[in-house]
Amino acid sequence: MDAGQMKRQWVDYIKSLFVEGFLDGQFLQLQQLQDENNPEFVVEVVSLFFEDSERLLKDLSFALEQKGVDFKKVDAHVHQLKGSSSSIGAQRVKNACIAFRNFCEEQNTDACLRCLQQVKQEYCLVKNKLETLIRLEQQIVAAGGSIPTMELSF
Amino acid sequence: MGMATPKETQFHVLAVDDSLIDRMLIERLLKTSSFHVTAVDSASKALNFLGLVEDMASEIHQDVDVNLIITDYCMPGMTGYDLLRKIKESKSLKDIPVVIMSSENVPSRINRCLEEGAEEFFLKPVQLSDVHKLKPHLMKSRVKEEQDQQPINNKRKIKEEFHSPDKTRVKCIS
Repeated sequence: MDAGQMKRQWVDYIKSLFVEGFLDGQFLQLQQLQDENNPEFVVEVVSLFFEDSERLLKDLSFALEQKGVDFKKVDAHVHQLKGSSSSIGAQRVKNACIAFRNFCEEQNTDACLRCLQQVKQEYCLVKNKLETLIRLEQQIVAAGGSIPTMELSF
Repeated sequence: MGMATPKETQFHVLAVDDSLIDRMLIERLLKTSSFHVTAVDSASKALNFLGLVEDMASEIHQDVDVNLIITDYCMPGMTGYDLLRKIKESKSLKDIPVVIMSSENVPSRINRCLEEGAEEFFLKPVQLSDVHKLKPHLMKSRVKEEQDQQPINNKRKIKEEFHSPDKTRVKCIS
């Protein structure tokens, strides 16, 4: 496959991620902030998001396993995860966090545990998608091409 | 601080956010718009950077030249709102424009910040279009600073000011 074909593949892939709601416009903002002087910006932010999320998901599991659940703490973790997912455009993770916070407010442990599962699932999905996307980008660059600048027209 | 030397034309923004991802983002957004950026992860670090040392009775005006402060609202310890108040209470810092960012759209919060003197309130995630709104506030401050730089009435001497996190304590000190 040449760079041109790979680029088309990349465009189709990223479009599908938007259509399926995995990513929102904020992800495009990140792409726009990347340039020749900061060619790794998106990868850096996404990697940070992975690290951050994995830590938060661990902390959430731990907090919800306690005999006396500290819902303030749980909510604080979810708030953080909601923030970071929103900042990178991981829409479905963000939405799952919003639902999660409602149950924190109600102090409903069972519902929170279900929400945590939901968030974990959405996180795993978007992580896979983003890793695939980044791999495609790296292949394009390796083949001497450059990543297309996207404009949301759909 | 060099009174007579001409300033750099680049504006210096102090960004405050406890989230590493958001700090990276705001830094990139600001640098893309040609700002010089210092990013810190807490309000207390911001105050240290600005020369306002908490719990100490004097305020030392350093050679730090910050043209705008942009801060997250929700931070552990001191919030962005507390930071805003401290800045507005400070004689040497009160003219620095402050912008608040928040992931939550709470009208009462927004109003409170604007009433306390914040120039703008940005909803997160912050966009390039938001950052473009900053230049007018910075231009306004720069014009004011240049007007203030009168040879006789030099306001940039090192000042001593009594500060206290709790307003009621000020009365006891004096």
